[in-house]
This record gives sequence, structure tokens and C-alpha cells, in this order.
Amino acid sequence: MEGFLSTLDVYVESIWETLFMALVSMVASGVLGLALGIALYATRPGHLLGNRAVFGVLGVVVNIVRPIPFVIFLAAVTPLQIAVLGTTIGTGAVTFAIALAAAFAVSRIVEQSLVGVDPGVVEAARAAGASRLRILFGVVVPEGLGPLVLGYTFIFVGIVDMTAQAGLVGGGGLGDYAITYGSQRYDWGIVYVSVATIIVIVQVGQFVGNRIARGVLRR
Amino acid sequence: MAEPIVRLTGVTKRYERGGKAVAAVDDVSLDVHEGEVLAVIGYSGAGKSTLVRLVNALEAPTSGTVTVAGQDLTRLGEKELRRARQRIGMIFQQFNLFRSRTVAGNVAYPLKVAGVPREQRDARVAELLDFVGLLDRAHAHPEQLSGGQKQRVGIARALATNPPLLLADEATSALDPETTTEVLSLLRRVNRELGVTIVVITHEMDAVRQIADRVAVMEAGRVVEVGDVYDVFSTPQTAPAQRFVRSVLHDRPTREQLARLREHHPGRVVTVQITDEVGLQKRIDDAFATAGVRTELVHGGVGELRERRIGSLTYEATGPDAAVDAALTALRDAGVRAEEEV
Repeated sequence: MEGFLSTLDVYVESIWETLFMALVSMVASGVLGLALGIALYATRPGHLLGNRAVFGVLGVVVNIVRPIPFVIFLAAVTPLQIAVLGTTIGTGAVTFAIALAAAFAVSRIVEQSLVGVDPGVVEAARAAGASRLRILFGVVVPEGLGPLVLGYTFIFVGIVDMTAQAGLVGGGGLGDYAITYGSQRYDWGIVYVSVATIIVIVQVGQFVGNRIARGVLRR
Repeated sequence: MAEPIVRLTGVTKRYERGGKAVAAVDDVSLDVHEGEVLAVIGYSGAGKSTLVRLVNALEAPTSGTVTVAGQDLTRLGEKELRRARQRIGMIFQQFNLFRSRTVAGNVAYPLKVAGVPREQRDARVAELLDFVGLLDRAHAHPEQLSGGQKQRVGIARALATNPPLLLADEATSALDPETTTEVLSLLRRVNRELGVTIVVITHEMDAVRQIADRVAVMEAGRVVEVGDVYDVFSTPQTAPAQRFVRSVLHDRPTREQLARLREHHPGRVVTVQITDEVGLQKRIDDAFATAGVRTELVHGGVGELRERRIGSLTYEATGPDAAVDAALTALRDAGVRAEEEV
């Protein structure tokens, strides 16, 4: 317990780092993944902007990047981090990596949510004379908002997981704290406190997500 | 006659299915007259839904032309097609309301698409919701409504831009009989009070009986018979139309009913068509009586279609074969449509 108390300032700072990494990468990957997911949905053959070639290329790109385990992705992304940020360590560099990796996962979640939208409402909008883009953003996205919010909540949990792994490469945050001050010093109290804190963050995220989804779905 | 509001000329729509071309609509030529209610009837898979989607260009024909209000849709680009669709309303079997919008939001959507300014939009939405009797539900969400209410919202949405033409794709097929009647009478009002031409796709007799002026019978992608509702139902000319009419009117005995009848009625069984001709019953009675044939009524029904009498009556005719044959001939000579059930 003295171990934990003497590193209280590091602990508090780690929470902020984790929250920073999780929220910033959530927003960035959310936007990027939304765009990519909408493109995947719209270009699917037979859909609003059906285009077999574009759909195929996007699908392959997402399928190549998405299954890479995040620890390996962290190593693989270093040239890009250097090119864009000039560094591979620190919370900023790690956030960049998380956002990028998560964007591909988000894109599939977005695609799934939108594919679930009743084609009948798309037809109703077409029959009303709406343009394809108008249908995409004015009808399809709002109609798929409920599953979309739940999907984003799911991604948030994954992102918190990624922030912990990022501790391995000096990214800071609770994962880093648990390893550096906890397991490497055989101070299991610190490890468990870190785990408990992450659980709380995940629970709060899930709770907020559920609430928003319920509001959107009105059920 | 005035220019038809819809004219299909030699329209064919083919799909690739498993490497094989299937014609969902096969060389159809059909006019829809301004101000009428035309019912396109037929069994499922006959191509009715594809046909109606060709009329508002949700589908493009493989060949042939589709003219709506004098405009050849097959020559229009995407942008002009969108404008043309704003002049054609459509309602659907599953209503297809936007769940993310309120009732008012659903009705306002086509107006937004058409670029109608806010104040005019609000006024028009209120007017439409009043017309369909849902003004008090303006801020409800679709899932809070019953099926009949949803379809009324669908109708209000379809009429938002004041289209002269409304397409109804199995609009009452998901509703119970009572609600069906309510929605059909609303459609009738749309036709009568607003002068909107309506094309209804249906396989339900109720829909035809309550609102149609004319019917087009479809089978296997073709329109096999078109005509006044009463004419088609009282004297269907083609085999598919006869089959369909028989199956929806249920007034002639089925094979099973006939077998049961014969158990107690050994005589020959004759069905006569009942129309609204005055003195028909006397002519029927006379034909049998003159030939010396006794009759017993064993099956049938008489009802009303388009405010005219329609139905059929099935008799057991007892007497010598020659006398029954003579009675049949006499019936036909007297202008009665009579058929022996075999």
C-alpha cells in the first residue's frame, strides 16, 4: 500500500493520460472510421453508390489492417509516426497509433450498422426524389444511429484496452503505471488498483453508451 | 379521351438470376387515365411490384418507354428523374416510415427534398395531417403508432408535394380487415376529393372492390386483361383472369365442395352467372321449367361490385339428360352465362 500512496501523483496523472488517449483516439477514429464505413456501405454493389471496384479495394485494405494484433501494429506503425509526428514515444504518438488502428475497426462497425438499416426507407427516400448523398446522410445514418452508438461503445472498450497495451512502448497511462510501478516492482497492489480503475472507466463508458443508445432508439 | 397520365409502351424488365435472364415485366403496354383508380392484380411473383417501380423510375426498363404526365422517363437523367419522382407519390406495404423522424418529420421530408421553405412546409404538414386525421400525433414517433396510423402517415408523406399520381404497393396487405377498410376509404377520398390518380398493386379483393375503377390482371410479367372492374370480374375473358377472379370471389364451388355436394345431390350441377340485368332470375327459372327440369339451389352468392349486382348461383338440375341439355341451351339462348360443373 505504501507503494501506491507514494506514487499517487503518478497514478492520477496516468488516469488523465489514459482518458486523454482513449477520448482523443475515440473521436479521431470515430470520424475516420465513420467516413470509411459510410464508403463501405454506399459502394457495396446494389447500394446507393454501388461500385464493385471501390468496394473491393476498400474491403481489402480494411481486411489487411484490421486483424493485425495491436502490439505488432504499434511496431509496424513507427515509420508513419516518425513521418507525421517525428517521434514514436509519448502519449501523443501512441494516441495516433490507437486512432489509426481503431479507425479500421470502427469502419466495419459502421458498415454493419448501416447495412442493418431497412432498405425500405431508402426506397421511400428515393421515391420522394432525394439525391443519393442526401439519402446517405439524411436518412441512412440517422436510421442506423442506435446500433451505431452501441457499436461505438463497443469500440471504446477496445480502445481502453489498447491504451493499456500502449504502456509497453512508453505511452503512459494506467497500463504503463501498472507495468512500471506494479509488476516490475512486484507491487501487486498497484497492478490491482490499475485494473480496477480501468474497469471503472470501461463501465462508465458502457453506461454512457447505453444511455445515449436508449435515447436514440427510444426503447 | 385526354392524354393518359401514365403510358407504358412495350415495357420489358429483365433481371439476371443465376446467369439466366428472367423477365419480371414482359412487353407490357398499359395506360392509366387521369383521375382513375387502377388496380393491378395478380398472384405474387406476377411482376406487379416491378411494374409499379418502373412508373416512378425506381427501376429502369430493359426496353420500352414509360411516359408519366407527358414526360418520357427513359430519356431523363438522374437529376431530372429526381424531379419527376417528386411529382409521383408512393406508399408501401411495410409503410417504410423514417424511424428517426417524428410523424411531422416524415411528412415534411419530401417537402425538404423539394426545397419548400420552412413556414410553407409547416403549414402543408399540418394540412396533410389534418386530412389523414393525425394532427394530434404530429410529434409522435412512428413506432408509437398502429399499422393503420402508420399507413396514414405514409399517405400524408406521399401526398406532401401535391403529386397528381399516387402509387400504392400492396398498401393494405399488412393490415387487418378493419384497418384495411379505413385505409382504403382514405385512398378513395384522396382520389375523389384531391383528384389524385391512383395505381394500386394488390392481391386482395377488398382493395379492388372498395376503390378500383379499372383493373389490369397480370400473370408471369404480362398484363393479360385490362378493363372496367365490373366487366373483368363478371366476364373475365382470359384463363388467368378467370382463375384469379374465381379464387378471390369464392362464389363457385371448389373441387372439394363439389365432391361433397354430389354425395347428396345426384343430379347434374349447373352454375349460372348473376349480373345486374333486370329479370334475370325469371329467365333462369323459365329455362329450367320449360325443359321440365327440377332445380335445387346448392351453392353460390350474390353481392355488389361497383354498386352493381354480381355473383353466381349453382343448381342441382334433376331430369332426363336431354332435358338438362335443352335447359342449358335455353339458358344460353336467353343470354344467361351458364356452365355445367364437371
